[in-house]
Amino acid sequence: MSKVYIALQDNDESRYIVEAIEQDNPEATVIHMPAMIRIEAENYLAVKRETVEEKMGRDWDVQELHLNLITIGGNVDEDDDQITLTWNS
Amino acid sequence: MAAKKLNIKDKYRLLTRDLDWEFSYQDRNKAFPFEEFEGIKITDWSKWEDPFRLTMDSYWKYQAEKEKKLYAIFDAFSQNNGQLNISDPRYVNALKIFLTGVSPLEYQAFQGFAHTGRQFGGVGARVACQMQSIDELRHVQTQVHAMSHYNKFFDGLQDWSHMHDRVWYLSVPKSFFNDARAAGPFEFMVAIGFSFEYVLTNLLFVPFMSGAAYNGDMATVTFGFSAQSDEARHMTLGLEVIKFLLEQHEDNVPIVQKWIDKWFWRGTRLLTIVAMMMDYMLPNKVMSWKEAWEVYFEEAGGALFKDLARYGITMPKYADVIEKEKEHISHQAWWTFYTHGHAAGFHTWIPTDEELDWLSEKYPDTFDKYYRPRWELAKEMEARGERFYTKALPQLCTTCQIPMLFTEMDDPSQTCYRDSVYNGDRYHFCSDGCKDIFDDEPEKFVQSWLPVHQIFQGNCGGPGVEDILRDYYQMNVGVDNMDIKGSPDEERWKKWKGVA
Repeated sequence: MSKVYIALQDNDESRYIVEAIEQDNPEATVIHMPAMIRIEAENYLAVKRETVEEKMGRDWDVQELHLNLITIGGNVDEDDDQITLTWNS
Repeated sequence: MAAKKLNIKDKYRLLTRDLDWEFSYQDRNKAFPFEEFEGIKITDWSKWEDPFRLTMDSYWKYQAEKEKKLYAIFDAFSQNNGQLNISDPRYVNALKIFLTGVSPLEYQAFQGFAHTGRQFGGVGARVACQMQSIDELRHVQTQVHAMSHYNKFFDGLQDWSHMHDRVWYLSVPKSFFNDARAAGPFEFMVAIGFSFEYVLTNLLFVPFMSGAAYNGDMATVTFGFSAQSDEARHMTLGLEVIKFLLEQHEDNVPIVQKWIDKWFWRGTRLLTIVAMMMDYMLPNKVMSWKEAWEVYFEEAGGALFKDLARYGITMPKYADVIEKEKEHISHQAWWTFYTHGHAAGFHTWIPTDEELDWLSEKYPDTFDKYYRPRWELAKEMEARGERFYTKALPQLCTTCQIPMLFTEMDDPSQTCYRDSVYNGDRYHFCSDGCKDIFDDEPEKFVQSWLPVHQIFQGNCGGPGVEDILRDYYQMNVGVDNMDIKGSPDEERWKKWKGVA
């Protein structure tokens, strides 16, 4: 098993994205560091548009994630509904 | 009826698949002259896909938003005299290294990706390189803008571009990128896109930038994270390049492995300076270099290589040496700069007692045994009014150009020396990794512009060190260099803070 991860800038938008990630990926670990939030999980992590929209109370384009993104680890796949990170191990 | 809005997969397909053309009356090989000489075999460029599926319209839209956010923070930072809110004036010296050593690399990356993108026969790869090239130009611009504010209040930031081209320790980052850019387009992508971006830049732009935030530097953390939001895309490009090359032809596997071995070694050498910045130059500590290395290299890199094992790719050569180095290199590098502090374009210092205790705690197996005694000695000498500066110029490694400061990892009392003879001349190296790289491409590395050799050959003015610093490097001697104690930087800080 390998860890995939995503780090976001610690700000008001990310707060909702992190809440959505926690809801959709109950196994994920959230680590708060100065100015950033790192979320890691074994082999798979998804950020889902529907959940983020529900938390934010507005429309949210998956590509808006780039605005608050710091770094990622894992193979990326992005479409209109979600972005996923995976390792094949 | 209004046309149905395209989803991002369709948009990306239309952008990349319908942009190219067939070469009906020109030779395709002449249009892409660098595509074959490295031995890489591409059978089908259309298999390339950007997993973010970013199209140009989205690219401009989101990049513009990032810039607006970033410059709003720069404005707020300068309007509120943000320089007064940093933890300690020592911190700014890390920014001096950043501006003279790292920002010019962003410019080299901009040039490198523009060139490489032009040389690829596939549209998807060309578009991704074009976006990355523009990103890199944005990075150098935002970094210069962010640090221009500090230039108004601190020394050593005034002539970064000139210094990057000439100063002895800055030849390390400069020659690293020159090596990558002088390689073919596929090696450049493995060097910078994969080895550097995927694993190594994280160590600079994530834990170090988090450290910048923790030291009150909102301008730097903001450009750092804003740049890194592009890096997430670059990392993905780097990983896609590797997978694409490995899937295209089995003959590509040994070539890619050799490049991975070379560029991970070169990258870890380059990051020595970041190790030192994290452990010694951030007054408020977030994590040690060793801890950052474990998270971003060992854990993240380990997961990556496990994923690539299905292609027959293994961990980079000398991974076992690299694992031991995390205990040593930050201490060995800061000691070298401390003892050469008269010739550096930034200030150096002895860590405070509290900082020495932190280092002992973070490096229980090595710091007290090998490194703390040096600082205790330096403290005694300083107390006697004999702050130590070496009189000698260091011997440099022909490959990485770092002074011979590294030890054998199994015997930290013994400096590591290797050498090779080529065409009757002997060349010196800091490690087996650097010697192997030279032995594989001696014609390239015998051309290394080694600053110390150049000084001794009389190509940098002089003959005295002070003449070279003042006239050739354009440093303000006695202002930019020497210990932080008694420096104009420290004097001004005390005045602003109202302390004697």
